[in-house]
Amino acid sequence: MDRRKFLSRTSGTIVGGLLLPRLGIATASADELPAGTVASSALDTLPGKRPLVRRTFRPPNFETPVELFREAYTPNDAFYVRWHSAVPEVALADWRLRIGGPAVQKPREYTHDEIVRKFKRAEVTAVNQCSGNRRGLFAPHVPGVQWGFGAMGNAVWAGVRLKDVLEDAGLAANALEVVANGSDAAMLTGPDFVKSLPMWKALDPDTLLAFEMNGEPLPALNGGPARIVAPGWTATYWIKAVADLTVSDKPFDGFWMKTAYRVPRGMFGDSGFQSQDTEQNSPITSIKVNSLIVTPAPGATLPAGRRTEVMGIAWDGGSGIRKVEVSLDGGASWRDAKLGRDLGRYSWRQWRYDFKPQAGPVTVLARAVARDGATQTEKLVHNPAGYHHNVVQRADYHAA
Amino acid sequence: MQRNVRAALAGVVMVLGVASAHADESSVQLTQADGVERVQASCAICHSLDYIVMNSPFQDRAGWDKTVTKMVKVMGAPLTPEDTAAIVDYLAANYGKPQ
Repeated sequence: MDRRKFLSRTSGTIVGGLLLPRLGIATASADELPAGTVASSALDTLPGKRPLVRRTFRPPNFETPVELFREAYTPNDAFYVRWHSAVPEVALADWRLRIGGPAVQKPREYTHDEIVRKFKRAEVTAVNQCSGNRRGLFAPHVPGVQWGFGAMGNAVWAGVRLKDVLEDAGLAANALEVVANGSDAAMLTGPDFVKSLPMWKALDPDTLLAFEMNGEPLPALNGGPARIVAPGWTATYWIKAVADLTVSDKPFDGFWMKTAYRVPRGMFGDSGFQSQDTEQNSPITSIKVNSLIVTPAPGATLPAGRRTEVMGIAWDGGSGIRKVEVSLDGGASWRDAKLGRDLGRYSWRQWRYDFKPQAGPVTVLARAVARDGATQTEKLVHNPAGYHHNVVQRADYHAA
Repeated sequence: MQRNVRAALAGVVMVLGVASAHADESSVQLTQADGVERVQASCAICHSLDYIVMNSPFQDRAGWDKTVTKMVKVMGAPLTPEDTAAIVDYLAANYGKPQ
C-alpha cells in the first residue's frame, strides 16, 4: 500500500477505541528510516493485538506506535512482536519444561501445575527491548529488521524465579551457562533460536520463568505459555515459549550466541558474560540508558505562549534513572524534567517538562542520566549489527 | 535440538504464518522484472517478501550478495548457484542502492 493511501485510510479514524490523530510511520521521521522501510510499513492487526506498525508479515515483526508509550505499562494487545521463525502455539496444559544437561544433578520435567505449586510466585516490572530497536535510524543503514522506536515495552512479568527451578534440579559445581530453547523451530536447516545466560544472571532473583504479563496469561505472540524474563538485558535472552533448559559446563556455541547478537569487544563496556567474550567481540547484554519523547509527537504544532507539557520515558539496564534533562536551545543549557513514580529499577520511568513555547520553530532535546552515571550519546556509536542506538533525541515542533 | 523439534511437532500446533491468517502478506508486490518469479519462489519459502522492500535501497550489490549467501550458507535456503546469481542480479537491479 502506498503511504498516501495508508494515511488517508487511517488518519483520524478510531482504531480499537483509541483516536489516532497522526499515525506516523513508527514516528521515526520518514527521512531517518530507509526508503524501502517507509514504503513497506503500515499498521496491521495480528490476532489479539490492536493495530501495530508492521515491519514484516512472516515471521511477524510488528512494533508499537510511540503514542502508546503514554501508558506506564504497555498493554498486552499493544506490545511489540518479534519472531525469528513461525510462532508456536502451545496450550498451557500441554506445556512441559525439561531441565537437564551435563551440569544438572537431577534432570527433571515439570508441568505448569507442578511449577506453580512447588515454587514461590515472583514478579518484576521490566522493560523488554529488542536488541535491534532503532536499527532503522542507523546511518549508514545496516541490514536487519529496520525498527523505529517501538520494538520495546514495559510490563509486569510474573511467574517463578528461574533460580528456584534450576536449584531444584541440582546444579553441579561446574555449571557455566544455562541454555534456553523454545518450541519454535528453524525453517529448513537453519539454526534453531537458542540462547544462553551466564550462571550469575540465570540465578539473579529478578530473572524469572514467567507465565503472566500485566496480570494476564502471556499471549503466544509474546512468548506464552512461558518465557524467560532477564530484566535489564535485551530481549534476545528472554526466550519465548521456553521448553528446554540445559545447564552446561562449557560455553554454548550455537549460531545465535556465537555469531549473531554480537558487539565489538569493549565498544559498550564489559558484557558481564565472560564465557561468551572473544578477542574481537562480546554478546550484546545490558540495555543502555535511553529516553524517548512520547508526546507531543514530533512535528506537532504547539500553542505559542501557552503552557505545553512534553512527556516521555527513560530507562536503562537496571541501575535506575537518576534524572532526565531537557534542552530548548540545541544543547547549550539543560533543565531537569520532573520524574514520575519509580516503578522499579528495571522499569522505564515517565518524565514531564513544562514550558511556554514562543511562536516559531521549537526544538526539544531530551537525555537521561542513569544512577550508575551513564548517559546517552551525542553521536551514534556505529556497530555492524545496529545495536544500542541511544543517541540524544531531537524533536522538532512549530509553535503558533 | 532435534528432540525439541519432535516435541514441538507432536504436542504443539505450529501456526505457520500466524500473521498471514489476518494480515495478508500477498499485499507485498515486488517489482516485475527479470528473475522476479525465482525470487518469489525461493525467498517466500521461509519469509514474507517485505524483508526485501524493507532492506532497500541502501543495500548495494555486495550487500545483497552477502545477504543471499547468508540465506544459503547459514539459513539453509535450497538454492543452486544459478538461483543465487539470478536473485542477487534481481535484487541489485530492483532493490539496490543506486550506483
